[in-house]
Amino acid sequence: MSRLTTQIRTEVRLVSRNSEQLLLTLGIPVLLLVFFSLVDVLPTGTDHPVDFLAPGVLALAVMSTAMVSLGIGTGFERMYHVLKRLGATPLGQTRLVVAKIVGVVVVELVQFAVLVPVAYALGWRPDSPNWLLGIAGVVLGTMAFAGIGLSLAGRLRGEINLAVQNGLFLVLLLLGGMVIPFAKLPSALRIAARMLPSGALADVLRDTLSGLGDRPGQSWIVLAVWAVATPLLARRLFRFD
Amino acid sequence: MGATEATVVVDSLVVRYGNITAVDGVSFTANAGEVTAVLGPNGAGKTSTIEVCEGFRHASAGSVSVLGLDPALQQRRLSERMGVMLQDGGVYPSARVAETVRHYCELYDRGVNPHKLVELVGLGERASSTWRRLSGGEKQRLSLALVLAARPDVAFLDEPTSGVDVHGRDTIRTIVRDLADQGCAVVLATHELDEAERVADRVVIFDAGQVIANGTLSELRSGYDEIRFRSAPDIDLLAMAASIGIVVSRVGADVYVVDAPPHPKLMAQLAGWLADQGHPLLDVRAGAQRLEDVFRRLTSGSEAER
Repeated sequence: MSRLTTQIRTEVRLVSRNSEQLLLTLGIPVLLLVFFSLVDVLPTGTDHPVDFLAPGVLALAVMSTAMVSLGIGTGFERMYHVLKRLGATPLGQTRLVVAKIVGVVVVELVQFAVLVPVAYALGWRPDSPNWLLGIAGVVLGTMAFAGIGLSLAGRLRGEINLAVQNGLFLVLLLLGGMVIPFAKLPSALRIAARMLPSGALADVLRDTLSGLGDRPGQSWIVLAVWAVATPLLARRLFRFD
Repeated sequence: MGATEATVVVDSLVVRYGNITAVDGVSFTANAGEVTAVLGPNGAGKTSTIEVCEGFRHASAGSVSVLGLDPALQQRRLSERMGVMLQDGGVYPSARVAETVRHYCELYDRGVNPHKLVELVGLGERASSTWRRLSGGEKQRLSLALVLAARPDVAFLDEPTSGVDVHGRDTIRTIVRDLADQGCAVVLATHELDEAERVADRVVIFDAGQVIANGTLSELRSGYDEIRFRSAPDIDLLAMAASIGIVVSRVGADVYVVDAPPHPKLMAQLAGWLADQGHPLLDVRAGAQRLEDVFRRLTSGSEAER
């Protein structure tokens, strides 16, 4: 078994064993999707809330895995000197990072394998969805959120990183057009929200999967900028020790 | 590498953190088949030096060579043949003992059997326990197993017996000795002088960022023989000195030291005087100074300055 495969297996096994991360990456998205699809209290502006919610919750799932789960896990690994110890093995930093990325992709596949059928069960019937373009959006979103998560994890102390990642998750969830439409935000917040990676990814997925995008052209540009900028920032800020 | 070339060569190493010089012109070597203990008070520069040797830190000046490689530029090649034991942590808290050892055996790919390794470090019954549930000593033994997974030619061990019970220390000491006997150059950083004394072939003593002593245990102890004993707390030291002809110092409530080689005639005079005075003679230890005394002697000046 190659060193990379060994490390990927370890990453996936440890994530699957972490109940807090499973709650974050699967429990919360499923709960939000089911509850707000069945209880029509959000101002989604559609006859069927699930049409608005399903793409938004898929964006939320990407954010929870690529930013919060990866960021918190990596932050604690840094605090416990796991990264430093692995850095002294023949694994090397590049393979370690690749293994983490593959770990994120595996979790995202599981999330989509659960969330999409749940959304269909709740009545989501997207009109000719462009899944390929949606996947491209997910890739950009994953890059953007992973860059944010690793930038924080590579600089902050473990406990502070935990608090910041969770706080940021909540802010991006509420302002990111994932469950609350941009149109319902105060005008000043709305402008800022459209510039956030969460808002851009939710809008891109809503456009490609449900045809309900708000300003998809702008959202693709915003998402692409975040996808390039935050990994560069992480590369600059990240410290293995 | 030639037979006489040292495995680790540290030459005039300087490590600075901003305006602070943590390591100031340090030089020493560590050889294959030997355990080299690096000793020193907190902040003496031991960890910074070892981190440069491991490739984790860059030298501000001077040079370091490990297995003929530059750790800063060739850490990847070095890592194939190097074992590293960090002072604490270094393992996923939720990872189990057996899977952690297997993980590292696969990363190093040196044909080490993970099951046998778990048994070797005495963790067979804890194989399914997670790191966070291990005692301090068990964590140290697991960390040592990860070093052995590399089947290393050079190993850097940071405080390997810290927090380890008596039986665990025996296990670790045996493994470290075996590692050196198999030809590995073991560099062991520790505060525990008695451990270093038991296992080290050579000792490098750091103080205030510099090496203040470097040699084999017998070289460092050379010229500092003593007789140490316990007796009554109220011995008349002047009378005793007058009788045996050598000054006697009280170094504890009932502990005394005679700074002289343990010549049989002197030992007989000492025992005779104590018997005449009706004092007991207990816990006699005669010969070379303990490493702890050597260390105190060498570092006392700088401690006083601080």
